[in-house]
Amino acid sequence: MTSTKPVLRVIDLQVSYYTEAGRALALDRASLELYPGEKLGMVGESGCGKSTMALAMMRMIKPPGRIEGGQVFIDDIDLMTLPEAKMRKARLSLISYIPQGAMNSLNPVLRIEAQMRDAIKEHLPTMRDAEVQARIYEALESVELRREVARMYPHELSGGMKQRVCIAIGILLGPKVIIADEPTSALDVVTQRQVMETLDRIQKQLGAAMILIGHDMGLMAQFVDKVAVMYAGKFTEISPVRDIFTNPLHPYARALIESLPTLNNKGVFKGIPGLAPSLINRPPGCTFHPRCPEAMEICKSVPPALIHRWDGRQVACYLYDHDGRRADEPAAVSAR
Amino acid sequence: MKIGYLIRRLLFLFAVVWVAATLVFFIPRLSTRNPIRERFAEIARSTGFAPKDLEQIIAAYEVKFGLNKPLLEQYVEYMGGVLRGDLGPSLTRFPVTVLDLILTALPWTIGLLVVTTLIAFALGNLLGALASWPRSPAFIKGLMAPLMMLQAIPAYLLGLLLIFFIAFRLRLLPMGGAYSQGVLPSFTLEFILDAARHQILPAISLILSSVGFWALGMRGMGVTIQGEDYVTFAEHKGLNPFTIFTRYYMRNALLPQITGLALAFGNIIVSGVLVEQLYGLPGLGGVLGDAILKNDYFVIYGITLFVILAIAILMFLMDLIYPLLDPRIRYES
Amino acid sequence: MTQITIASPQAQTRSERYQHPSRLTLTLRYLRRNKSLVIGLAIALALALFSIVGSLTIDTEKLAYPLAVKPKQPPSPEYPLGTDFFGRDMLAVMVRGVWQTAVIGLIAGAIGTGVGVVLGFLSAYYGGAVDTLIRGITEVLLPIPAFLILVIIAGSIDRRSVTIYTMALIVSLLAWMGPTRIMRAQVLSLKERLFVNVAKLSGMGNLEIVFKEILPNMLPFILASFVSGVFAGIFSSFGLSVLGLGPLREPLIGNTIWFAQQQAAFFNGWWWWPLWPTLALILIFVSLTLINIGLDELANPRVRRTE
Repeated sequence: MTSTKPVLRVIDLQVSYYTEAGRALALDRASLELYPGEKLGMVGESGCGKSTMALAMMRMIKPPGRIEGGQVFIDDIDLMTLPEAKMRKARLSLISYIPQGAMNSLNPVLRIEAQMRDAIKEHLPTMRDAEVQARIYEALESVELRREVARMYPHELSGGMKQRVCIAIGILLGPKVIIADEPTSALDVVTQRQVMETLDRIQKQLGAAMILIGHDMGLMAQFVDKVAVMYAGKFTEISPVRDIFTNPLHPYARALIESLPTLNNKGVFKGIPGLAPSLINRPPGCTFHPRCPEAMEICKSVPPALIHRWDGRQVACYLYDHDGRRADEPAAVSAR
Repeated sequence: MKIGYLIRRLLFLFAVVWVAATLVFFIPRLSTRNPIRERFAEIARSTGFAPKDLEQIIAAYEVKFGLNKPLLEQYVEYMGGVLRGDLGPSLTRFPVTVLDLILTALPWTIGLLVVTTLIAFALGNLLGALASWPRSPAFIKGLMAPLMMLQAIPAYLLGLLLIFFIAFRLRLLPMGGAYSQGVLPSFTLEFILDAARHQILPAISLILSSVGFWALGMRGMGVTIQGEDYVTFAEHKGLNPFTIFTRYYMRNALLPQITGLALAFGNIIVSGVLVEQLYGLPGLGGVLGDAILKNDYFVIYGITLFVILAIAILMFLMDLIYPLLDPRIRYES
Repeated sequence: MTQITIASPQAQTRSERYQHPSRLTLTLRYLRRNKSLVIGLAIALALALFSIVGSLTIDTEKLAYPLAVKPKQPPSPEYPLGTDFFGRDMLAVMVRGVWQTAVIGLIAGAIGTGVGVVLGFLSAYYGGAVDTLIRGITEVLLPIPAFLILVIIAGSIDRRSVTIYTMALIVSLLAWMGPTRIMRAQVLSLKERLFVNVAKLSGMGNLEIVFKEILPNMLPFILASFVSGVFAGIFSSFGLSVLGLGPLREPLIGNTIWFAQQQAAFFNGWWWWPLWPTLALILIFVSLTLINIGLDELANPRVRRTE
């Protein structure tokens, strides 16, 4: 974190899905900042809006979904205002997305190198063939795949290899922001480790900012610098990874951490009572309040804003006042 | 390509051909009709003259055609003949052989069917693909319903309607025949244009009745493929819509359509035969209709066997081509 | 990846004060949405009425056969659909022809589907050698265009002894392969489904399982197969007749067209002779296709549009 300016700034991004049953607010004015070289982990339950956020940043929301507002700045370019053609150019070159299910993300009838070549040619049409080929081999090497893989077809590769090919494609043009959407969920533990190590190495090499989406907190702990906890389309807390695990601020974050099994209390499982809220009929006020053990009156009527604390952590909860101090904490502790 | 795959397809081809040839051999012999006798009866009826030694003549012909030998022997001889390409003589145009008749008629049929199938396949798939692409103009999507209705109607009936409206009412195109009466076939431009004019209505009948089938199939495929992750990832890569449409969408959607083409060969040829009959074209259909009218059994059986063989061989060729198009099949054991 | 949890409290209150409508209302409402099925059935019904009312009011026994009336007459008040070269009243020909064509189709469809259900079922349920045998025969026979074999069969039979019923039987001979394949696939998938195993575990006898669990789930497919079978039967019989292989005495639609072509009807200006049969048959095929599409939607809940 040597530069002072964030490479990614998401401001009040809002996405709704218009369904037969009504309008589902999937992303509720979410905001986020990332510095070059920073790694952010986005966690939350299924359906909380993590993937929606990723797709929205890539401007890949399809009907019946609609981006209803917000800005996404990469350096000084607001992706939301770009014309379609320029946005296409921005994808993969400025911001790239590594999909969740690599199993199906590769075109079955094209060789790997063909699929990488058309991406390069699309963005850099004047590059000579020899250079294109060199870049392809470079990308494959950086994900620790042999050159021979380039001439292969997707069905000849294992799941882990396919995932690494997708990563290779994601870094082909040296983007500034890389979004990895649950890159390891479909893989076995050993392959998971390999893929995560690959991601780590790549990210360091490129110096790109990375957003890692997932729900495996353990994996997050080993890899990211910051963790953003999302609930029903809003960020509830964004904190450095150590702090989230040792001292979670938001009740939801705390419940998540506490639900992680530890070696001490084997067999005892703690969940979060209640069900995920309907995005069509959102509870008024703070969306978490029906399930929150510390809900107060105000939580039921006015949604809390995301506050930047003095220590860099962000939290959206009425337990913390304007400066982010916990209301019932003695001043000495909170000024730590 | 794996040898095992090749051998299995070849065996299947032989099985189909053998079963078909056997059916063609046995079914007529199950009936009590005697084609030779009937032929002579017909000659007698039309000329008013019956030779005195009719029975002996019939017996002599039976020996000549081997009809007096035991069934098994006849079967073996028949199979041998089939393998050599000898389908026997034509009863009505003796000594012209069945094979000769077929080979003379074949170019017309091949010309018509190849051209119409290619056009219908290409046009239908393109329309279907565009119809399932969200950014296509609305009128293409509106075409689907009428095309669907059209493909429910056999080409023969569409042909009749076309003859009625265009040839009969409007007199824009000829009602039938391969070329105008009194014109002799030759390689002059005039003849070619004349023959082409006569092929227009038959071609339109065949194309209209099959375009819908391809279009609907492709549209269905399109909906499936567009939901596929690799199409989405292609968009994530920032590829332009045309590239995605051709390399990621069409190339995958066409594969099952090509399989469908192989399976449709039977239908295509049957429709073709009927349409030829309708327009009085001198292709296989015309010859078949003629043979049925004149009870020329050997021609009927010969053409049937030939067509079945042609379809089986075409399907076999398709089986060989398919692995070249779909890399996933290439390495199947 | 983004799942929308729809709790829909609105629906709950709706069902509270909701009195479930009668079966009839629900059926009618469904039919209103499934336009394909409705139109198809309507056309079929109209044709059936035409045939039935016609046969009751016109003496088709006499008028649909040669030398009954003055030949080659264009449509007029006396002969609303005109007459043909042989002196047949076209109206009578159509009334009789539509009926006969339909009968052939129905018989062929019934036999084809019936045999298909039995064979497909035996093949899938018992598996093993029975399955291999039935499947082998079906697979080898499928690429052979059934129509051509029918040509041979029809061509070998003494033309004079062919009636519409013999024709229907001939056409049915090769109509079972498609349905067998479909039924087999259906039974196979149903067999593996849990509810069959549950039934087995609860002690239901094999036969009981067949009738109570499997067959009801196959009904939409059997129906669709039947409609397809009728279509194929009519198509095959039409193909044979139009080549001259039908029961020529009868005013089958295909026969009528064949005669008209043999006599160069269009060339001679008798346009009405082949036109009515063509239009009628087109209507029959369109109606069957629409019914098929409608049944497709009924059988496949994913395609079914929700209210």
